[in-house]
Amino acid sequence: MSSASTEAGAHAQRAPALLARELTRRFTPKDRPVVTALDAVSLAAYHGELTALVGPDGAGKTTLLRLAAGLIAPDGGSLAVLGVDVARDPQQVQDRISYMPQRFGLYEDLSVLENLELYADLHGVSAEQRAQRYPALFEMTALGPFRTRLAGQLSGGMKQKLGLACTLVRQPELLLLDEPTVGVDPLSRRELWEIVQHLVDDQGLTVLMSTAYLDEAERCSRSIVLYQGTVLTQGPPAEVAGGSAGACFLATPPPGQSARSVQAQLLDRPDVVDAVPDGGRVRVVTRGAHGEAAAQPLRGLSAEPVAARYEDGFMQLLQQRVSRERTQPLTIARPLSADSGQLAVRVQRLVKRFGAFVAVDHINFEVRRGEIFGVLGPNGAGKTTTFRMLCGLLAPSGGELYVAGANVRTAPAAARQRLGYVAQKFSLYGPLTVLENLEFFASAYGLRGEAKRARIAWALQQFELGDRAAAVSAQLPGGYKQRLAMAAALLHEPEILFLDEPTSGTDPLARRVFWRRITGLAEQGVTIIITTHFMQEAEYCDHVAIMDGGRVLAQGSPAEIRRRGQSAATPDPRMEDAFIAIVEEARAAAGRDAQAVA
Amino acid sequence: MSAPTDMRHRKLHRLAALIRKETRQMVRDPSSLAMGVVLPLILILLFGFGLSLDVHDVPLAIVMQQPSSDAVGLSEAFRLSSYFQPRFMHALPAAEQLLVSGKVHGILYIPQDFSSRLAVGDAQVQLIVEGSDANSARIIESYVEGAVGTWSAQRAAEGLSGGAAVAGPVNVETRLWFNEADESRYFLVPGLLVLVMTLIGGLLTAMVMAREWERGTLEALFVTPVRSDEILLGKTLPYFMLALAGFVLCVLSAQFLFHVPLRGSLWVLFGASMLYTLVALGIGLLISSAVKNQLVASQLVALTTFMPALMLSGFLFDLRSMPLVVRLVTYVLPARYYVKLLQNVFLAGNVWSVIVPNTAVLALMATGLAFASRAVTRKRLL
Repeated sequence: MSSASTEAGAHAQRAPALLARELTRRFTPKDRPVVTALDAVSLAAYHGELTALVGPDGAGKTTLLRLAAGLIAPDGGSLAVLGVDVARDPQQVQDRISYMPQRFGLYEDLSVLENLELYADLHGVSAEQRAQRYPALFEMTALGPFRTRLAGQLSGGMKQKLGLACTLVRQPELLLLDEPTVGVDPLSRRELWEIVQHLVDDQGLTVLMSTAYLDEAERCSRSIVLYQGTVLTQGPPAEVAGGSAGACFLATPPPGQSARSVQAQLLDRPDVVDAVPDGGRVRVVTRGAHGEAAAQPLRGLSAEPVAARYEDGFMQLLQQRVSRERTQPLTIARPLSADSGQLAVRVQRLVKRFGAFVAVDHINFEVRRGEIFGVLGPNGAGKTTTFRMLCGLLAPSGGELYVAGANVRTAPAAARQRLGYVAQKFSLYGPLTVLENLEFFASAYGLRGEAKRARIAWALQQFELGDRAAAVSAQLPGGYKQRLAMAAALLHEPEILFLDEPTSGTDPLARRVFWRRITGLAEQGVTIIITTHFMQEAEYCDHVAIMDGGRVLAQGSPAEIRRRGQSAATPDPRMEDAFIAIVEEARAAAGRDAQAVA
Repeated sequence: MSAPTDMRHRKLHRLAALIRKETRQMVRDPSSLAMGVVLPLILILLFGFGLSLDVHDVPLAIVMQQPSSDAVGLSEAFRLSSYFQPRFMHALPAAEQLLVSGKVHGILYIPQDFSSRLAVGDAQVQLIVEGSDANSARIIESYVEGAVGTWSAQRAAEGLSGGAAVAGPVNVETRLWFNEADESRYFLVPGLLVLVMTLIGGLLTAMVMAREWERGTLEALFVTPVRSDEILLGKTLPYFMLALAGFVLCVLSAQFLFHVPLRGSLWVLFGASMLYTLVALGIGLLISSAVKNQLVASQLVALTTFMPALMLSGFLFDLRSMPLVVRLVTYVLPARYYVKLLQNVFLAGNVWSVIVPNTAVLALMATGLAFASRAVTRKRLL
């Protein structure tokens, strides 16, 4: 391949910081067949560069990072980190690198400063070096005002920055980051990126990070795409995007058809690699080569070719290896009347206080029947609290709440019978099997006899859980858990389905399948209310509300929201840009108010 | 600075950092403070006061067939005693009725001929005790015997006839029985040391290592210059110090609160206790590193150290009265050797023929466990 040779030329004078040859690692889980997490992979990451490790769940990203950190031993092949064979001398590597595991590795009962001091002590950082380094770290992470606060009392984004700061108490020769931005809101994600990028550009830091966000891979100087323990490609991200050059289009739905239904139709076609809603239009990646053939699937739609992005190329790469899981859209037994005039949810001046803390501050919104309504917001914005009140799990401190026509405050049971709720961590009974979980939830919703049997059969079939019916649910892969949780929430045929961050920590492929199911449900009249960290997913929604600090900052269709992010710097803002702009503007205004009051 | 000194210097620096961190966590974690300080305190008070075998205000029927001056004098001794709440009666059947209905726990029967037989030095009284609770019955029996004995001794001291003879049916050893009520405390308070050291050493350390595995903090800690022996020592030392505090608390309360004699040397007691703490710490660390789960670790440690220390160490139940199989099992329990040492040092004095072999066994166990923990704690995730 020509790209490989140019790449070799660019790195000819530089020795790799990390070099794997035929690296293999297998795991033997209890009572299950051997899993090959890494299957003879050969890859490299270079000094002074930011390298992204991309791939769906189970690709082997964490295994590779742990091997590099000397935390596990390889079963075959070799892995040299900073020129040292990690398997032979893990301590020498551990002396020289820094590593942030997925859970940050912070001591929650130690303060911010104490955590830093611990790692500085362990790395033997001298007092003079600290005096120089700490102010920079505190400034970078904006953790200065919180140095005496216990790490356990920090927000998710702050914990993540503290975790990063702990790895930077001295300049490591290589920094390994394992999904540092997973489960973190866009603002914190952007801040972390700014820190890392600054360190790479200005101080020549070498970083290898795994990520589930493909837009992050796009910003690295090099990306390695892993899939089920093998390397699909490695090199500059532009090469990945280039793989789908000429095959990307932006299609406008014909009048009277929603972008979502066009997207669903396109996604079901075998000659379409990927289709996602994009600001009222549909972004399509086709399987065909360049030119006429590529546009073939889009006949009858007005479509314009667009430049390929990393994600387009990534999806194309994956499709060459796997045929996409082509799920049948969900069919529910009794489709609800799609009378979109009816209100499914009405929230007026809703307030929730926890002591002096106002978690939800006079919010208003309405959701129509059959709509998909997205609630976006940083951690601690009040999303989950709002959800719990809507589901009657938490008593509001004030305001009105109507769900499916029932007043949740006066008749919570009536409302609850008509809604389904999928909690953030999927409230499943881990030790029970898939079937036992479904049986329990069916009984809990008052289903009995033939009706219960029929609904469970429906759930097993619709969510493709039949082959795992006897599996213990705690041992299911993430995607299966998500499906089981959804199946359980839909057993009593609710009119409204609440989903709290259902796609957190899942990969792009699984998210496509998930959304295909959700849009199918909405088409049959089920109202969906969903929270998510993935801003792109907001594009699937009919309406979006952006929350921060317990208030709704903006509401509208995805296209309307995106327009609010427009500025000279970002003439064509993505959902994420708009989100950040809206939240920052509101926070600045709040800051001005606070100053004015003071 | 030469390279080896520099290395050692860095090592100490890292160890100090780990100890500082562990101590902070220990002080901030309410559960470890509760287990390390509050629980020992509760145990001390419970065993020191609550579990003493004293009984007060025992309802006792005294049946006097003929209220002679001697008989009245004896019954007066009961009236004045704080141990009894006597009810005076004239007929046995009525008293028996009270005993059956549980209103009194015993009947002291002073027969008609008490005075006349006392004069010739052959007096007898009969005691009927409600025996459904054998332990209480024995205590009541011994109290009554004691009271009668005291009365007769007083008479003897006052030079009245029959003073010694009245003790005929009454065992002279009654005085010792009374002592036993006090001595049970002498015995229980030192025994507490076993429980406190096991709790702090075993249970607390079992939690802390597993906690780091559960929270994923070890994963980050491993990828630093820290060595696994430093991690182990960093865990051991703070809890060793906490155990030392528990030890001091127990010894002080034994000495000053309960006035338990310490007949052997304080240094032997100290040495034996520290050795046992190391063994308990070793077991805790070993289990904790092996199972990596707080709940499982604490249950395993409770099963393998705390329960045996309570039941099979010879602290509460005499080992000699146990079946052979159980007795054989006790030989693998470190608590057994520690209790033996404690009994020796507190109650007997420095008996070296007992101290040396038991200390040797504990030392052997501590060394073995240290090596085993070192082998189990590698800087590896799997």
